[in-house]
Amino acid sequence: MADLHSKFLGIESPNPFWLASAPPTDKEYNVRRAFEAGWGGVVWKTLGEAGPPIVNVSGPRYGAIFGADRRLLGLNNIELITDRPLEVNLEEITRVKRDYPDRAVIVSLMVPCEEEPWKKILREVELTGADGVELNFGCPHGMAERGMGSAVGQVPEYIEMVTGWVKKHSHLPCIVKLTPNISDIRLPAQAAKRGGADAVSLINTITSITSVNLDAMAPEPMIDGMGTHGGYCGPAVKPIALNMVSKIATDPETQGLPISGIGGVTTWRDAAEFMALGAGNVQVCTAAMTFGFKVVQEMISGLSQWMDEKGYTSTADFVGAAAPKATEWQHLNLDFVTKAVINQDDCIKCGRCYAACEDTSHQAIEMSDDRVFSVKDDECVACNLCVNVCPVEGCITMRTLDPGEVDERTGMVIPDDKRSWLEHPNNPSADPNMCITRGQ
Amino acid sequence: MANSPATPGLAAGRLAPQAYQDNFTDLHPPLNDHEALVAADRCYFCHDAPCMDACPTTIDIPLFIRQIATGTPEAAATTILTQNILGGMCARVCPTETLCEEVCVREVAEGKPVTIGQLQRFATDKVMESHPFTRATPTGKTVAVVGAGPAGLSAAHRLAMHGHDVVLYDARAKAGGLNEFGIASYKSVDGFAAREVDWLLSIGGIEVKLGQALGNGLQLDELAKRYDAVFLGIGLTGVNALGCDGEDKDGVLDAVDFISDLRQADTLSTLPVGRRVVVIGGGMTAVDAAVQAKLLGAEDVALVYRRGRDRMNASRFEQDLAASKGVRIITHASPKAIHGNGAVVEIEFAYTQDGPGGLAETGETFRLKADQVMKAIGQTLGDANGLKLEGRKIAVNDTGRTSHTGIWAGGDCASGGDDLTVTAVAEGRDAAEDIHATLMGG
Repeated sequence: MADLHSKFLGIESPNPFWLASAPPTDKEYNVRRAFEAGWGGVVWKTLGEAGPPIVNVSGPRYGAIFGADRRLLGLNNIELITDRPLEVNLEEITRVKRDYPDRAVIVSLMVPCEEEPWKKILREVELTGADGVELNFGCPHGMAERGMGSAVGQVPEYIEMVTGWVKKHSHLPCIVKLTPNISDIRLPAQAAKRGGADAVSLINTITSITSVNLDAMAPEPMIDGMGTHGGYCGPAVKPIALNMVSKIATDPETQGLPISGIGGVTTWRDAAEFMALGAGNVQVCTAAMTFGFKVVQEMISGLSQWMDEKGYTSTADFVGAAAPKATEWQHLNLDFVTKAVINQDDCIKCGRCYAACEDTSHQAIEMSDDRVFSVKDDECVACNLCVNVCPVEGCITMRTLDPGEVDERTGMVIPDDKRSWLEHPNNPSADPNMCITRGQ
Repeated sequence: MANSPATPGLAAGRLAPQAYQDNFTDLHPPLNDHEALVAADRCYFCHDAPCMDACPTTIDIPLFIRQIATGTPEAAATTILTQNILGGMCARVCPTETLCEEVCVREVAEGKPVTIGQLQRFATDKVMESHPFTRATPTGKTVAVVGAGPAGLSAAHRLAMHGHDVVLYDARAKAGGLNEFGIASYKSVDGFAAREVDWLLSIGGIEVKLGQALGNGLQLDELAKRYDAVFLGIGLTGVNALGCDGEDKDGVLDAVDFISDLRQADTLSTLPVGRRVVVIGGGMTAVDAAVQAKLLGAEDVALVYRRGRDRMNASRFEQDLAASKGVRIITHASPKAIHGNGAVVEIEFAYTQDGPGGLAETGETFRLKADQVMKAIGQTLGDANGLKLEGRKIAVNDTGRTSHTGIWAGGDCASGGDDLTVTAVAEGRDAAEDIHATLMGG
């Protein structure tokens, strides 16, 4: 069985599944349960500076969107950082780390943008025996209005400055948690690196309103008739997070900077995908909040089985393996041609592929009187929509045309070599020497 | 001493009071809100959906299920009722396993269809306290609808909706036809048939006249003169005879009468039923009678059909339902004689087999003890009132026109289509549309 042992920034954990800084890691009680269930590490829910505790709303903190059968697809929250006294959290962290020395315990922090509060809290965190700190530059609600969280994460100069203070005043490994609520994720990542960050973690939650109460005419979750934007997470945000992870993993300036992947990790497969794009480990929240801590057992067994099947002996074997293949559109091979193929044995004749293609795409699926659906190769542009709307997994697949075959739609003979937009004759800025006509 | 299933002969009160309540409760209890959402989520919203084609009234099933899934069951009900005004009853009595649910792609793929019938009931139940349709401006035209069963009710509603004044006649003391008198109790509990009729009539413009039938207070030619149009939904009033010796003995009855008496009984424990009941036939009526005889406390109920199971008109689901209630299904047996001294004691059958010349007796016979024999071998049209026949039914075209101008017909009495509630509703609706077009077209 594959070894899932993980070493991230030198921090050891029995597996790469950490619980993200969030409600599940707010208390000793929860964290002990998490470790008993098998989680490799936790990022303790964000601590603020000492003083009067944070006040949370006492109405609903979460809103959600659902898929079929009320499967939770996206969750948003308006909860703030921990509302328990700093000293209580520090005592609990100390006890938990002492009792679980093999697990990673990272402490998330958020204090005002001044050097002194950072210096002070870092000293206190170091006394707990925690393995590292994570700087919460991500939370988009509540604390951002007070100049913290995403208010910092949206200004690269602040990220660099605060990260610098942290590195100056502590020997602990420093992870900078990034907000996705910016236009280009590479800029804050670069700033974190310049500030001396040992790693970045992403994504924090996305600014969101999940629904509107149409009776009260107010956003949900609704507090006494009013709502505010929250932070969105869960399976629905995974695609956004994967893209941002890949951008940082492939940016020349941040390439090699360790990444802790966060955003909708729900199964072992999600975790493997984040790691393949460059994340050294993953952090999970919504899956645990939806199903309880036991889900980690499926993540452990699934990742392990897949690694065995692939012949990977450690997670390092595949971390970043897919990153180089995340490229720009202009580098894609435009002479690569596929065609949809419907497996008639698997087809249940629902006709969704037909409706999608006929109404909204390229009229490339034929429907016979007895409901046999087949692809018209001379119309199929290989868009993949039929594959995506088909309710039967694997029923519709894309067949790659071999070199020498003719694309019936364009008449082009599939060449042996590749041609991207950079070499395409229709590209006015293409290098004429590289342009090869394909008889199109 | 109280009666029991083993009490010989015909006897009432064979069961404890609670057993009647348990036995005659809803066959499929209504879905609650959560169950409906879970069931609705399974629908794939198929293109040109097979279920829709399989529905004789062509209800837009994917649309109404999506309307349930999105929290608007009232809109779903309107989608259903626009096509089928008796969508509530059809949700209960349709053999969905041979119609919409049989062709559901999830039945084909997984052997588990979307539960369309139950979802339809969920939606239609939501609007039984209000009526979603309103009458058009009165046209001043009058239409006589004879027969207040599914076909007649459907036609009457559609005609009234278009603004015509309808007089709805029925031979019985209660409207509803087979919905009220001819369906197993466990498919329509709590007086649903009567409630649905009241709800349907609440559109207005329909005057109900009961206790009148063709040949009993009504003459077709007079109706045709008095009204701008006539629609006949008179059903099948004759019952086929077994044509064997002893058919006149006490204890031999028509299954439709047994079902009707049961439906109209206030207290099921007062209904006599045999200790050993033999039902002859292979259709829905046979199953309804056999199952209910068993549920009333008969010790032994046999359903005997002259051909194989595959030829039975009762669906596989109905056959399995009968078997699950303890009804013994005997196939390839044809009644030869009913024996007994005044009352039936036993019934003699000949074994049959399918041969090149059709069904033939093998020469071997057997006897079943019986103190009640129910005949369910089909019904026939009564008086055709001079209308042209096709086979044994009133000949009609696609829109229900008979051989007599100004007279339309639909439902079981008319040619074309299966003898199903839902088919009758479709025929009544389509005839009404044709009547409307004819009357308004001048």
